[in-house]
Amino acid sequence: MSKTDGAFVQAETGLHEVVRLEDVTKVYVMGTNEVHALAGVNLAIHQGSFWAIMGSSGSGKSTMLNLLGCLDRPTSGRYYLEGHDVSRLSDDELSEFRLKHLGFIFQSFNLIAQLTVRENIELPLFYLGWDPEDSKQRAAELAEMVGLGERLNHRPSELSGGQQQRVAIARALANDPSILLADEPTGNLDSVTSEQIMDLLGQLHDQGKTIIMVTHEPDIATYAPNCVHMRDGLIDRITENGRTLEGVR
Amino acid sequence: MKKSRIWRSVLLGINTLMLHKLRSMLTMLGVVFGVASVIAMLAVGEGASKDALEQIRKLGSNNIILSSQKPVEEESGGSMRSPFSVSMYGLTYDDETRAMETFSRIRTTAPAKIVRKEGRLGTRTLDLRLVGTTADWFRLVKREMIAGRTLLPSDVDQKAAVVVLTEYGARRLLATRQAVGQSLRLGGEYFQVIGIVRSEGGEGSSVQTPDQQVDAYLPITVARERYGDVVSIRTSGSFIRERVELHQLIVEVENTDHVETVAAGLEQMLKTFHPKGDYRISVPLALLKQAEATKRTFNIVLGSIAGISLLVGGIGIMNIMLASVTERTREIGVRRAIGAKKRQIITQFLIETMVLSTLGGMIGIAIGVAIPALITYFADMATVVTSYSLLLSVGISMSVGLIFGLYPAKRAADLDPIIALRHE
Repeated sequence: MSKTDGAFVQAETGLHEVVRLEDVTKVYVMGTNEVHALAGVNLAIHQGSFWAIMGSSGSGKSTMLNLLGCLDRPTSGRYYLEGHDVSRLSDDELSEFRLKHLGFIFQSFNLIAQLTVRENIELPLFYLGWDPEDSKQRAAELAEMVGLGERLNHRPSELSGGQQQRVAIARALANDPSILLADEPTGNLDSVTSEQIMDLLGQLHDQGKTIIMVTHEPDIATYAPNCVHMRDGLIDRITENGRTLEGVR
Repeated sequence: MKKSRIWRSVLLGINTLMLHKLRSMLTMLGVVFGVASVIAMLAVGEGASKDALEQIRKLGSNNIILSSQKPVEEESGGSMRSPFSVSMYGLTYDDETRAMETFSRIRTTAPAKIVRKEGRLGTRTLDLRLVGTTADWFRLVKREMIAGRTLLPSDVDQKAAVVVLTEYGARRLLATRQAVGQSLRLGGEYFQVIGIVRSEGGEGSSVQTPDQQVDAYLPITVARERYGDVVSIRTSGSFIRERVELHQLIVEVENTDHVETVAAGLEQMLKTFHPKGDYRISVPLALLKQAEATKRTFNIVLGSIAGISLLVGGIGIMNIMLASVTERTREIGVRRAIGAKKRQIITQFLIETMVLSTLGGMIGIAIGVAIPALITYFADMATVVTSYSLLLSVGISMSVGLIFGLYPAKRAADLDPIIALRHE
């Protein structure tokens, strides 16, 4: 698979770029084989936009999310996050970036079982070194915002799936991240609850949050005005505010 | 801020451990028993050796104690002999002079000559065991004054008719402090009581103090002149007459370094002049060294046993923590994704193991302090819980947590967050 000289995809203008990927590749070595999970991706995402990343399994969408989430480093190419080149940072520096700029929502919620709702929401603030009183208050506000103000002292096991995902969203918002990264956020939820969660993400988008969501469900992807379709480690096509740019590869 | 974060981590650790109460308790057991055994064993060992060491130390580490001993062949043949014959053995006045003249390192010698006489104080009459000695004796065997004074060199030189009662003798004679200044009749003569000294109650000790169960001291010159060297002992209807010049001779050496050489020299000298072997030589310093060596060996053995149990405890903790890391892979992934650094994951798991081991250590201390108390109560054995053994155990249990927690914590921190998040 060869690298392509694809053009940059521009999102709506006027707002600054939160994410800029320049010819990013990711190669995994498996025994003697090289697997090109990403084969040269260019993408720019502007502040306040809501993106879905779609594609079948093996298309590179998970790798893409890991890179965007600073959980991994590209094999080659550049990744600018909030203007900083994060493609060559050390493990500690990447942790710092995640802590300050990113919020994660997972398919299986990933709340910490031994912590209460409040403590789960406070977790990023704990690592940020916030004052306990301040983080308590912030956690309460966030829980209120996702509609779980009454459940602060419950444990995750006492909550329904939808409620757990709300807590996870509140936790992801605690550090006021530049980007909210969602990995199949509705994958473990029924359709009614899925709709509620997507509505919540929609509200957050309306409030100006930048959201990037990986999903393989077209229904869910429609909540995002913009969509990247991945195939074989490359961007196959981009739908931006209804306009489709074909053959960007 | 930093401090409160660590405190919160500790609370979180406790919180996490409380989720699996039974498991945490079982994990702790190894450390609990390890620490308890360290403290209990050291307490028993310390208690056993303390008295013995104390006793030996009292005899003076600069001293060499020579005692007269009835030769074996005479002892066995004793009953066959004529009732009027005199058995002669033991240290002589010449030995004392010879020792003083031969060894320049000897500072002083203090002889002891045991005499038995009927004594009478006030209205009470008793058979008394008396020791004729010199002024130096009291210094060399470290006898504490209760009242009055002890013998002076002038008492010895001028053959003064004075006695110093021991506490033991005073009790037998029903004498109080007021007895000082009174007259004690010994045989037909009157002696002035000049003081009372504390007796050495060395019951059950490994070393016999030379003057145990003695009622009074008097100047050796007086004892020698008035009572001579022959002692008659009544045993089961017959008399045994013994001629012993000196029953004991304490030799004080200038300093501790020369004790062993002088002791060897004395041994040689006595061997030459006493072919019957009617003497015994004991060196408190050697005994002390021996007792200390024994104690050290004892402590090493106990320490190794305790060390092994702590090692097993530590491995137990490590095992559970490794299982816990595997079980909580997801949690680690989430924390890393949120932005926790490797160091913070290590801290979290280390704190957990250290909470476990320290808590285990504390419970262990409680049990370890209770066991010696129970031993003392039920078995009537002396035990000493030393503060250093407590500090040692706290230190050890915390280090066990640190050492055996490090590897699981490192394992947790080194997990790839992407893989950790995908872990089922």
